[in-house]
Amino acid sequence: MSELNQQMIEQYRTRFLQEVEANVEEGEWVKMCMQCGVCSGSCPLGKHWAHPPQEIFMMIRAGKREEVLTSDSMWMCTSCYNCIVRCPRGLPITHIMHGLATYAKRLGLAPKNQPTAKFAQLFWDNLVKKGRVNELKLGLSLYFMNGFGEGIKVAMKQQAIGLGMLRTKRMNPMEVVGGHAVKDLDGFHKMIRKAQELEDARIKQNAG
Amino acid sequence: MAKREYSFYPGCSSQKGASSSNYLRSVKAMCEELDIQLNDIPDWNCCSASIGYAGGGELPRLALSARNIALSEQHNAGQEIVATCAACWLATRETSERLEEDESLFAEANQALAEAGLKLKNETPIKHMCEVLVEDIGYDEIGEKVKKPLEGIRIAGYVGCQTNRPFGIHGESYENPMYLDKLVDTLGAESIPAYEKKVQCCGGALAFSEPEKSQEMIKGIIEAAYDNGADMIVTPCPVCQMNVEVYQDQINETYGTKFKMPVVYYSTLMTVAFGRSAKDAALDGQVIPAKQLEAIANR
Ligand code: SF4
Ligand code: SF4
Repeated sequence: MSELNQQMIEQYRTRFLQEVEANVEEGEWVKMCMQCGVCSGSCPLGKHWAHPPQEIFMMIRAGKREEVLTSDSMWMCTSCYNCIVRCPRGLPITHIMHGLATYAKRLGLAPKNQPTAKFAQLFWDNLVKKGRVNELKLGLSLYFMNGFGEGIKVAMKQQAIGLGMLRTKRMNPMEVVGGHAVKDLDGFHKMIRKAQELEDARIKQNAG
Repeated sequence: MAKREYSFYPGCSSQKGASSSNYLRSVKAMCEELDIQLNDIPDWNCCSASIGYAGGGELPRLALSARNIALSEQHNAGQEIVATCAACWLATRETSERLEEDESLFAEANQALAEAGLKLKNETPIKHMCEVLVEDIGYDEIGEKVKKPLEGIRIAGYVGCQTNRPFGIHGESYENPMYLDKLVDTLGAESIPAYEKKVQCCGGALAFSEPEKSQEMIKGIIEAAYDNGADMIVTPCPVCQMNVEVYQDQINETYGTKFKMPVVYYSTLMTVAFGRSAKDAALDGQVIPAKQLEAIANR
């Protein structure tokens, strides 16, 4: 468990709602939930969520810190925005789910081997490198994210799709060596670093 | 001079050799016919779609779109931003609204941008290409440009998620949007307004990380199109297009179905209906060929 996690536990003790409000994207909305359940009925992958959004909000208020932050439920959010347009209280549910996932990751509590958590990290690393996503490298690292043997298996299974994309020029093997990039890569990296610094500083301050 | 000019955010998947490069090709032809000039945002970067959140916190993600808006305000001053990708549009517009609401985030975003010598004013409207078509141009003007009506083709309008929620097209319902159906009718094809899966999620980026769960949903989207007698599916979203088109063989294998349903973009339909070539419409970019459109384009 990370040091930041320990600091947060000491800082907030049983006040998990306050911790969420201060540290999670759009977390200040959680208290507005009236537990109607509309969001839970709206998730396209809902049947796979151990704790659908309504339940997550209830658990936050009940102080179930560990259960919430180690859950893989919010990693099942497809960003479909069904919940957002339906919630009678106007909670930005999608963003709270993303925010909880980010925060859990930051504290080192996100479930290991959660496929979307891995993919989302790969996606971020891929885009930060060059400023633009390189679909081929992203695809390759995705196939190999569970190790080499597994990767070959997945890649074989996806081969037909790859060939179809190649034939229609919707995939470019040359991307492996070069690929698309922003020109002002230096400025781009400085900007991301600065944004990261500012955010880290804010969270550190909350950790006391 | 073109009648309308926009600052254009093409997005990663439209780049040369990327998964929706065919979308961009048909959009360009469509815009030529509609007298729309698209000025690329110089040196644009990725928006992080809706999936970068495991690695990037809120502010770094907002900074990405803030940079694009700032570049647009600097180089394409006074022009509205238009995006063709649902995720790009969503991320950009969301950033603009979040930074409008939250002064401290706005200040921090500008602090980050200053590192790249940029400054965000955040005064630029951000539109999806469908808004441009429906709101700025309108069905009548689009109808006037039709040279080859798409007669005899039954098309299921699959709007999907992010083109439709949380922003959507002004005046359209989130649960039963009709604009894609109206567009299909305007082009002389036959729409299916009661296509019940029109706003069903395809899994989005989770089609990669949770393939089985996503393909179960994709199966429903295609099945309903067949049940409604559709010849093809049309969509405004590159993620939807890719997910619904390219996994059909795998779905057939898993479920014993016999799917072979072409999935095209609205811009594909429009380019063909406007009388342009199959190449301009990027029909060669279909993994599952849209034969009826090829026949019309080659006529
Ligand atoms: S729809 Fe809104 S108010 Fe209802 S349970 Fe979900 S978050 Fe709470
Ligand atoms: S956006 Fe996420 S939380 Fe909301 S309904 Fe869709 S999957 Fe569920």
